[in-house]
Amino acid sequence: MSTTITKTAFWRGIRDSAPFTLVAGPFALLFGVLATEAGLNLFEVMTFSLAVIAGAAQFTALQLMQENAPTVVVIISALAVNLRVAMYSAALTPYLGRAPMWQRVFAAYLLVDQSYALSHQKFETEPAMTVPERMAYYMGTCMLVMSVWYGASLAGAIIGNALPPQIPIDFALPIAFLAMVAPAMRTLPHVIAAFTAVVVSLFAAAVPWSLGLVIAGAAGMIAGAQAELWMERRA
Amino acid sequence: MSTLTLWTVIISLGVGSFLLRFSFLGMVGDRPLPPWLLRHLRYTAVAILPAMVTPLVAFSNDAGTGPEPGRLLAALVAVAVGMKTKNVLASIGAGAAVLTLYILIMG
Repeated sequence: MSTTITKTAFWRGIRDSAPFTLVAGPFALLFGVLATEAGLNLFEVMTFSLAVIAGAAQFTALQLMQENAPTVVVIISALAVNLRVAMYSAALTPYLGRAPMWQRVFAAYLLVDQSYALSHQKFETEPAMTVPERMAYYMGTCMLVMSVWYGASLAGAIIGNALPPQIPIDFALPIAFLAMVAPAMRTLPHVIAAFTAVVVSLFAAAVPWSLGLVIAGAAGMIAGAQAELWMERRA
Repeated sequence: MSTLTLWTVIISLGVGSFLLRFSFLGMVGDRPLPPWLLRHLRYTAVAILPAMVTPLVAFSNDAGTGPEPGRLLAALVAVAVGMKTKNVLASIGAGAAVLTLYILIMG
């Protein structure tokens, strides 16, 4: 009987995640195309997508490697872009923290924007769900999105070799980054953080070893945090 | 990029991303992060991504000394549409359309 309930939860997770394949698919496709254009072979593209599963972080690493940034800067910057998953991990712990360790290992590997957003909202609105039900729902939200993610990466890697050279594919990355960031400008501190990062990055562009990126990123984060504190004190 | 660099990056990012995701979920007894740290973490993506894109747009002409008009226009349109619609795909589509049109018209 409890198997039926967890099965239902699993299928509900799959159904709820369906619209998100429209976001994950194009990003994975674009990564496959750009990584292939950058010289990665099929095996490298697929290992990258399987091991990291994070659009923004993968694009960041790809861009910086093409600029021949030092490997340490590539890794630090890409992980910094992906820091939000640690916050997701913290936010889901009260709901999934009591599940068996092997399930938590799988859940951690599959933790992305979509699985976090859907599950956290579901667990908050339905506090009566048991831990196995929650885990089943969570896995449901991951399965379809991940299948599309791997499939579209593969398709992109295959298409990448066939693209005509006059397409300005070099600028697809900046456009994709801007498109990811623009909807995140939800509050004034977010706008201040981004604006500060933009201004500092122009002045810091000449700093060697791509450290300008780290400096401008840190400046933006500090500006955002300070703006948030300032607004809290005023409220 | 060399094969060694590439694999160093893939493996480090794979392990690093997993550890970030596993950090709290994997630890029994969730210890809360200090508020000052959370406050800074909230702004990582909105700070790092613009910091990376700005020089790519600002120095996009052939000599690398200033912006190439088509690319600057495409970037501005992508941001405007993204902020207005909150839709990632609409933003990418608008930016790509502007750049493609610009290249077609200007040759």
